[in-house]
Amino acid sequence: MSQSRFQPGERVSVIRRYPHHHHRAPDYIKGRTGVIERLCGIFGNPETLAHHGDGKPEQPLYPVRFDVQHLWGPRAEQPNDTIEVEIYEHWLEPAA
Amino acid sequence: MNQPHDHDHQHPHPFQPDDDAGEPTHHMQLVRALRELLIEKGIYDGDEERQAIERMVARAWADPTYKERLLANGAAAAEEIGVEVGPTRLIVVENTEQLHNVIVCTLCSCYPRWVLGLPPAWYKARAYRSRVVVEPRPVLAEFGTELGGDMEVRVHDSTADMRYMVLPARPAGTEGWSEEALTAIITRDCMIGVTVPQVPSKHDPH
Repeated sequence: MSQSRFQPGERVSVIRRYPHHHHRAPDYIKGRTGVIERLCGIFGNPETLAHHGDGKPEQPLYPVRFDVQHLWGPRAEQPNDTIEVEIYEHWLEPAA
Repeated sequence: MNQPHDHDHQHPHPFQPDDDAGEPTHHMQLVRALRELLIEKGIYDGDEERQAIERMVARAWADPTYKERLLANGAAAAEEIGVEVGPTRLIVVENTEQLHNVIVCTLCSCYPRWVLGLPPAWYKARAYRSRVVVEPRPVLAEFGTELGGDMEVRVHDSTADMRYMVLPARPAGTEGWSEEALTAIITRDCMIGVTVPQVPSKHDPH
């Protein structure tokens, strides 16, 4: 994969899946919607690199910005606070 | 890393035991011994790297064009003033009057070691990693950092290939200070984002 699928500002959802192997998408943002902040670059996929694989196909990596209210609901401290999480492209889909 | 899951739920999983809990394991003892040897023999000194980064922050405060370059490409801006950041892909995030950034790695303890040296024990502790994403304000208050209600707090969860560093906001009352005087108030914790630079009540930069 040499081209990135998403542009900064685009709304994306994190795919809700729970694979058994090593992966770098934390559970608290799975199924949640955020906004692409930037493209960090294109990197080997840690899910195969961690298991002595070649990391191919490489994955674009983006910090995705989430509103805390969306993540934590009424537990959110301050409605305008945000969390940015780096997510590889194969974990993202266009927001519905 | 993640335990087997074939169901959809939200409950906490022990990703890794806290570094500072219980008896150190054989490997932890080995790592500590190696680290002490490296520092003793002068091969490695995390503090030296950090001092160079403090200069980088002071330069960004004094020179807006340098700040722009730093925010656009952290590693290149570091190399520009002779700081070798190694393989780190560095994102520098800027604190302003409206925005306060703080850094964590909830999955493990990713930390910009090439830039800030060895991470403090609390950064790796489960308490910090799990709390700061949900309740950053009380966590920051425990570090002595009280933020106004209209300030946006942005937590950066360093989960993958990038490493983060906070560019603290230049505090009021430091106008006209030398780079050396500015460097003295920049700390590691400011660059993780848990504190902000403090101006001593009686400060003579000259």
